[in-house]
Amino acid sequence: MGKIRTISYDAIVVGGGGAGMRAALQLTETGVDTACITKVFPTRSHTVSAQGGITCAIASADPNDDWRWHMYDTVKGSDYIGDQEAIEYMCSVGPQAVFELEHMGLPFSRTEQGRIYQRPFGGQSKDYGKGGQAARTCAAADRTGHALLHTLYQANLKGGTTFLNEWYAIDLVKNSDQQVVGVIAIEIETGEVVYIKSKATVLATGGAGRIYASTTNALINTGDGIGMALRAGYPVQDMEMWQFHPTGIYGAGTLVTEGCRGEGGYLINSEGERFMERYAPNAKDLAGRDVVARSMVIEVLEGRGCGPEKDHVLLKLDHLGEETLNLRLPGIVELSRTFAHVDPIKDPVPVVPTCHYMMGGIPTTVGGQALTQDKEGNDQVIDGLFACGEAACVSVHGANRLGGNSLLDLVVFGRAAGLHIEERLRGGYESGDASEDDINRALARLERLESSTGTESVAAVRKDLQSCMQLYFGVFRDGDSMGEGLKKLDAIGERARNVQIGDNSKAFNTARIEALELDNLFEVAYATAYSAMERRESRGAHARNDYTERDDENWLKHSVYFPLEKRLGKRDVNFAPKTVDTLQPMIRTY
Amino acid sequence: MLVSLYRYNPEQDNAPYMQDIELDIPAGKDLMVLDVLALLKEKDPTLAYRRSCREGVCGSDGMNMNGKNGLGCITPISEVVKKDKLVIRPLPGLPVIRDLVVDMGIFYEQYERITPYLVNDTPAPEIERLQSPEDREKLDGLYECILCACCSTACPSFWWNPEKFVGPAGLLQAYRFLADSRDTAQEERLSDLDDPFSVFRCRGIMNCVAVCPKGLNPTKAIGHIRDLLLQRAT
Ligand SMILES: Cc1cc2nc3c(=O)[nH]c(=O)nc-3n(C[C@H](O)[C@H](O)[C@H](O)COP(=O)(O)OP(=O)(O)OC[C@H]3O[C@@H](n4cnc5c(N)ncnc54)[C@H](O)[C@@H]3O)c2cc1C
Ligand code: SF4
Ligand code: SF4
Ligand code: FES
Repeated sequence: MGKIRTISYDAIVVGGGGAGMRAALQLTETGVDTACITKVFPTRSHTVSAQGGITCAIASADPNDDWRWHMYDTVKGSDYIGDQEAIEYMCSVGPQAVFELEHMGLPFSRTEQGRIYQRPFGGQSKDYGKGGQAARTCAAADRTGHALLHTLYQANLKGGTTFLNEWYAIDLVKNSDQQVVGVIAIEIETGEVVYIKSKATVLATGGAGRIYASTTNALINTGDGIGMALRAGYPVQDMEMWQFHPTGIYGAGTLVTEGCRGEGGYLINSEGERFMERYAPNAKDLAGRDVVARSMVIEVLEGRGCGPEKDHVLLKLDHLGEETLNLRLPGIVELSRTFAHVDPIKDPVPVVPTCHYMMGGIPTTVGGQALTQDKEGNDQVIDGLFACGEAACVSVHGANRLGGNSLLDLVVFGRAAGLHIEERLRGGYESGDASEDDINRALARLERLESSTGTESVAAVRKDLQSCMQLYFGVFRDGDSMGEGLKKLDAIGERARNVQIGDNSKAFNTARIEALELDNLFEVAYATAYSAMERRESRGAHARNDYTERDDENWLKHSVYFPLEKRLGKRDVNFAPKTVDTLQPMIRTY
Repeated sequence: MLVSLYRYNPEQDNAPYMQDIELDIPAGKDLMVLDVLALLKEKDPTLAYRRSCREGVCGSDGMNMNGKNGLGCITPISEVVKKDKLVIRPLPGLPVIRDLVVDMGIFYEQYERITPYLVNDTPAPEIERLQSPEDREKLDGLYECILCACCSTACPSFWWNPEKFVGPAGLLQAYRFLADSRDTAQEERLSDLDDPFSVFRCRGIMNCVAVCPKGLNPTKAIGHIRDLLLQRAT
């Protein structure tokens, strides 16, 4: 490929979603020379799709609300494998991070007192589960993600962040001291390949819902950061934990927010029964997402599904009235009309559990520092590499994320990563240079692809991968069928290494990008499948027919997948919050 | 169905051309235009277009379909196809990079020009700044813009003066901040717009309103800015 151009920054953030832009803002504001690299213009990132809100104890709906109650809910929601120190940090720092967003201009909905409007979401309680349903999710109508993402972009424009928009990061560059010293990236418009050198590289590349055939995720959610980390030989954590959202629109996969049920909507089966009353007598439709999704699947399996195929259930909203729907859920009314051909003001919306969120990711400290393990299984820092947002696993979501906790995760840990990196750089952190060999190693994948003589089409392999994951690694899992799924994945991986791009031009070559993304989809899918097979219990979103019980004795642990050895290790969950008592694992009921 | 597609690859083509493709649409399905493009791309990977959310919220896939600007992902073919024919072109008036991908540079510059962030020079309180529901309501119909450029690229005044006339999208955002009870820079904002071109090139043709996929009304916002500017002059 010959020598490529190098550009240098003190810090780079790969990703212009909520997490990436919050990190970039923090760095820029403290004077660190930072570039934010993003494969789409920042406001086109997936965060823009978030609807319902950002959960945080700002004590608006309830003046007595307490971040410790939010912490309790989050730990319970995680089925006890969320790290308590990280959850404590998120819930206690959260209000400050949310107020900062408001000060930047985020147009939150308001209460009569002029404060931020908060709505009830699933898994929320007052007084450590004893005080009934809480309303803790701060909302800008049902367009919170849009409002948040645009506000962060605006704040970065104000702050003067450097953006490399429509640049695609291909792989990490590692030097001989095992430090991460930047990325290889391609400027999509021109096709130029560049080495972007940096002392700190933050992966904020978001989720990877596109490994499944049916997902609420954007087409660009291909898990690129996870792929990059795995190819560099770094482990990923809890990858078997995928959230299936109860209310994806049947057929289209687009999401209707949990806020629908927060505002009083509920699910019904073919008999018109509000079935969640049976599965979760207290929280009903606002039980944890894993619980609701499983209940829906059971309803369908037992023959009480709706429609000609009896393969979905219905979300009833019409009783909320036109005024409330237009005021609180205007985007949902729009989406239902467009994608379900249903007017929710009159008729219920057909919904199915749909792949929504990746709880796993790159293990990090609270400050976003990426981690691996040494031979003895102790945490070890990966010099120069950081992660935040959905791509990271800090871990605040454990085995099941609560609604509204992702947006909070983005801003709290995006900010924390920025603070931590600034501190390290100010403390004099330096990394060595990358040799030509180091750079060539990171270029290898691109070169292989360019000179490929393969015959497989990217679209065909991608489709097969997505169906395989949907079929064998969905809401309910089983050892035998997962074994079959893994074999199929091996074959699909073989084909993925033999794709033909079919376009070798330089300018805006989206075929090349899709081929590069396919590798990442495969990496994520494989790590998911392998981890799912090995975690022999049911916990949170991971529900097995052959191991139906939670097994705290063996699995009150994070799983850690090591790509080079193809091995699943374990990592201790943090049970040591700094200012409150440890929350002990209990049986999880709603 | 016949799809007539605008094609241009600067490395191979001297000039853009229209490519006609016969496409079988799976029966019983009302595809979106974006789905049609995906089907075409499966056959011909060289076709270039932008897309991300596929649900009308990210603003990536503004394009011109049978003569009207809109988002490919939320435009069902039943709505646009005429006589079994669908003509797809890039958004008009902006330089084409390749196929349906346009250079949005000037559009973003006009957005950046209007100081697109909240300015408040009073010290921030411990909690959020208060805002009444009534004041917050004034932002509805403004903040929802997804920067898709469907409006500005349908606006003749923007075609002729893209450097000097801010255009409907930029002006809608200008008004979003003028209308925010928390913003303290009204005076500066108005000064920045007070010239014969920035706002006053709008001829009230309302093309922008007709195409906005989010149902927003830039013309009305422009009218409010005009009123504020005129009040200020007297
Ligand atoms: C439909 C929907 C609704 C949701 N609603 C809510 C909600 O109400 N509340 C809540 O808390 N959570 C919600 N979530 C979850 C939440 O929105 C996401 O988890 C979150 O937005 C992820 O943010 P992020 O910053 O990590 O990544 P993203 O916003 O996905 O951003 C990823 C960024 O990385 C960039 N990128 C990726 N790969 C590369 C590469 N190779 N090179 C360069 N750049 C790259 C992209 O361009 C993008 O800028 C919702 C999710 C969905 C799908
Ligand atoms: S109303 Fe004004 S801004 Fe809108 S299209 Fe017409 S001239 Fe352009
Ligand atoms: S006003 Fe409407 S058409 Fe114009 S950029 Fe915004 S969303 Fe698009
Ligand atoms: S793909 Fe996002 S608006 Fe169409």
